[in-house]
Order: sequence, then structure tokens, then C-alpha cells
Amino acid sequence: MASDTRLNDAGEELTGKDLVVVPLRHPWRWFSGAVIVLVIAGLGWAMSEAQIQWEDVPGFFTHPVMLEGLLNTIVLALAAQGGAIVLGVVVALMRLSANPVARWFAVGYIWLFRGLPVLLQILIWFNLALVFQNISIPGVFSVPTNVVMTAFVAALLGLGLNESAYMAEIVRAGLSSVDEGQTEAAKSIGMTPMTTLRRVVLPQAMRVIIPPTGNNFINMIKGTSMASVIAFLELIHAANNISSRNLEIMETLFAAAAWYLVMVSLASVGQHYLERAYGPR
Amino acid sequence: MALVEAIGVRKSFGHTEVLKGIDMEVERGEVVCLLGPSGAGKSTFLRCVNHLETIDAGRIWVDGVPVGFRAAGGKLYELRERDAAHQRRDVGMVFQRFNLFPHRTALENVMEGPVQVLGRGRAEVRAEALALLERVGLAEKAGAYPAQLSGGQQQRVAIARALAMKPKLMLFDEPTSALDPELVGEVLDVMTSLARDGMTMIVVTHEIGFARSVADRVVFLVDGAVVESGTPTDVLDNPQQPRTQQFLAKVL
Repeated sequence: MASDTRLNDAGEELTGKDLVVVPLRHPWRWFSGAVIVLVIAGLGWAMSEAQIQWEDVPGFFTHPVMLEGLLNTIVLALAAQGGAIVLGVVVALMRLSANPVARWFAVGYIWLFRGLPVLLQILIWFNLALVFQNISIPGVFSVPTNVVMTAFVAALLGLGLNESAYMAEIVRAGLSSVDEGQTEAAKSIGMTPMTTLRRVVLPQAMRVIIPPTGNNFINMIKGTSMASVIAFLELIHAANNISSRNLEIMETLFAAAAWYLVMVSLASVGQHYLERAYGPR
Repeated sequence: MALVEAIGVRKSFGHTEVLKGIDMEVERGEVVCLLGPSGAGKSTFLRCVNHLETIDAGRIWVDGVPVGFRAAGGKLYELRERDAAHQRRDVGMVFQRFNLFPHRTALENVMEGPVQVLGRGRAEVRAEALALLERVGLAEKAGAYPAQLSGGQQQRVAIARALAMKPKLMLFDEPTSALDPELVGEVLDVMTSLARDGMTMIVVTHEIGFARSVADRVVFLVDGAVVESGTPTDVLDNPQQPRTQQFLAKVL
């Protein structure tokens, strides 16, 4: 039979007013938190005990060669990403075009430049003079390949063309995400295809295009390091140049690492503001 | 000459023939309602009048100009998209799902056509656009984005956006079908006043009451062909064709 009084395990009667609520304890949270703090403290201690001349790192951070490498890295990343965005829009439009030849060209372009490792593409461009002595359009112009194909140009082509293939897919996804009704509404007020793209479709596609483009740009900043293999003076090559004289390899690499983190942080902030500018209303 | 003249209009999607030779005339200032079961081709025909769909055979003339084509030497040459865009300036269209530009305010939506397409100055266009929003009863919503408006308000902004181009003809493609029932009235009221002001309108609708009170003529379509056509009183109250009688028995 059901009873009106409720008893606890010890058989004591429970009444409503003197009951204390005890929240659930989470001892494992304290434990796992403590483990993480210990691990970080241990790593910090190890770093302080390591054979590193910490006091030299700030000097390398602002070393003239390091700053030159930084500038070259920034110029290469911006130029490659900028070119990739323009090319990517063109290839995406070809991919969506009614012209089957353009469509298949776009598919092949993406297949090739996305399919090969960036490092390999940089090496191929840099060594192009081995197979083509001159770059020319017969009767228009002709220049020796090894004059044109500097380390910068080779790195720009390798990084930029690879990135343009990714950008083409990102832009295509963005354009496809805009409802067909938007294009029809634009047409119905007499907009030409170009105006429709510029005023109606692209601004809405930006919401889909910006986040992955920001990610790719961060990858691009770090990807410029591959240009070090063809002796382009970007950050890693600059760090190696400095350490080849004083053998402080880790110290110079840490200084370069700090610059990468600075650049990536700035890029993330920029991405945040761009996303807000094109965000949903 | 009638403002809209359609002769033998045919249109297929794949192997399905959606329009099987439509003839239709719409006089200036006339309001024509297209009625019929879904799949009859009403919306497709309307979209052909604006060249949003290309017709396969026949022809449509709006104000003496072949829609989507250029007549020369006894032939019709299909227009490039940017020339077709030029023709659409004179024909306004209102869609079932509003299709307002979500990244622009109500006012910017209305101003977009005159500023971007006609290249007119922002100041005078702004004044006109505000007057149009006033006309559809949304002057106080000028700064609102579409997402902040109800369906009925969005559709009224869409009507103002179409009117901003000062069209000779307005096409309405089921303008109230996506609306909550209590919002249908406000959109029909705007359309009714537009008709009273003498606008030439072709309206695809399921609102029989609107057709009865506003339309000068009702055209009943089934399976891509005109079955019956006449004044609302003739077609709605005294249908001659069995297919029309069947349809009206269901919807009335």
C-alpha cells in the first residue's frame, strides 16, 4: 500500500521544509583539469630547461633578413591568393556555362591543378627552362624562359594555380547556393546577366564563399614556405640563411614561427569582419 | 492593337508538351485571370510572356514587339540575353515566392531597377520608391530587410519593385499562393487598386473571388490549352465546358 509519508534509506521521515539540495559533484572534471594544467606546466618547464638561447629569439624576429623574408611571404601569399580568386571566378563561371567545351575545360583544369602536389607544381614551373628555352607566341614576342621564370614567378604560379582550382569549386558552390528565383526576379526588372551577377547573385554567394576562402588563405600563408625549396627568400629560407651563419637553428625557426602566428591571427580577424559585412540580415 | 497578342504558343520540357498552342489577346487596361488545375501550363505561359521561358513555336507580341525575338526579313531571330533584358523593362512580374533581394532593404529593393537598369539618379528614384511603398501601405517599412517582413508585406514590396520600372504590363504568378490565409487580403487589395488605376494585368490565381470581382476576362486552361474564355460571369457562373464545370465545382 502506498504510504503518505516518505522515508529515506535510514528509515527517517522526510519533510519538505528542511531538505537541502545537494548538486551533483563532478570530481573527474577537477581531476582532468588538473592533469591538463600539469602537462602544460611540464612542457613549460621543459622549454625553460631546453638548450635554447631564448634571449636571441627577439633579435632574429626583427633581423633584417627575417623582415625581408616576411615581406616576400606576405607579397607572395597575397598575389597568389588574389590571382587565384580572379581565376577561380572565371573557372567557376566556365564550369557553370552553357558551353560544353568551357565546361569540360573547367573540369579538366580543376582535376589537374587540384590533383598535383603544390610542391611538385612549384618545381615544374621553376625548371620549365629545361624543356622550353623560350616562352613565345610566334610572331608576337619571345623571351628566354630562365629570365621570366624567377623563383617568385614559379612559386606564384605553383601556389596560385593550385589555389585557383580550389577557389573555382568554392565560388561554384557559392553561386549555386543562390536561389534561382533571385536570378528570375533580377531578370524581371530588366537586369542584364552581368548586372544580375554583380548586384544580386555574387553578394549573396559571398556568405558561402568567404569562410572557406579565409581557411584557404591561412593555408596559403603557410604554403608559401614551400617556395623555400627553390631558394625563394620567404620566412623559412630567411631563417635558414640566418642560422647557417650562427647555427642557432631552433632560435631562428621559433622567430619565423612567431611571424606565421602573427600573420594567421591577422587573417582570422580580417575574415571575421568580412563575414560580418556579408552576414545575413 | 492589343497590348499582348499570343498566337499558337507551344512549349515543351523534355518530352512533355506543356503548352499546346495557346492563343490569347489582352487589351490595354484589361485584367485577365488565368484559371485552371495545377499543371495546366498557366505559370509557364506567363513566364513565356516575359521570356523567362523560350517558346518552341508560335509567337507572343507585347506592344507590337515580338517577345524574345527580333523580326527582320520575314524571320524571327532569337535575342541575346542582354537584349531580352531590355524588353523586360516594360513588363513587371510578381512571383509566388516574392523573390525579394534579401541583402537589400525594402526601399533598396524598389530602387534597384530604376537605378541599376535605367541608370537614373538616386535622389529622384528614392522619392518615387517611397511614394510606391506608401501606395502599397508600407512607407514605415522602407528600412526593413525582407526577413523582417511578413509574407504579405514582402509581396507588397515585390509589387512596388515591379511598378518602379513603370511597366506597361504586370504579370502575377500565383501571388497569394505562398501566403498565410489572413495575409491574402492585403495583397489582393493592392492588386485591386492597381487594376482600378488602369494597369494591364495577367494574373495566374486560384482566388476565384478576386477573378470574379476584378477580372475583365477569365481564361480557363487545362493541359496546355484554352478550354473556355469570357467574362467572369460567363465562365464562373455559367460554364459551358464539362472540364470547367468540374473544376469550379471543386474550388467554389
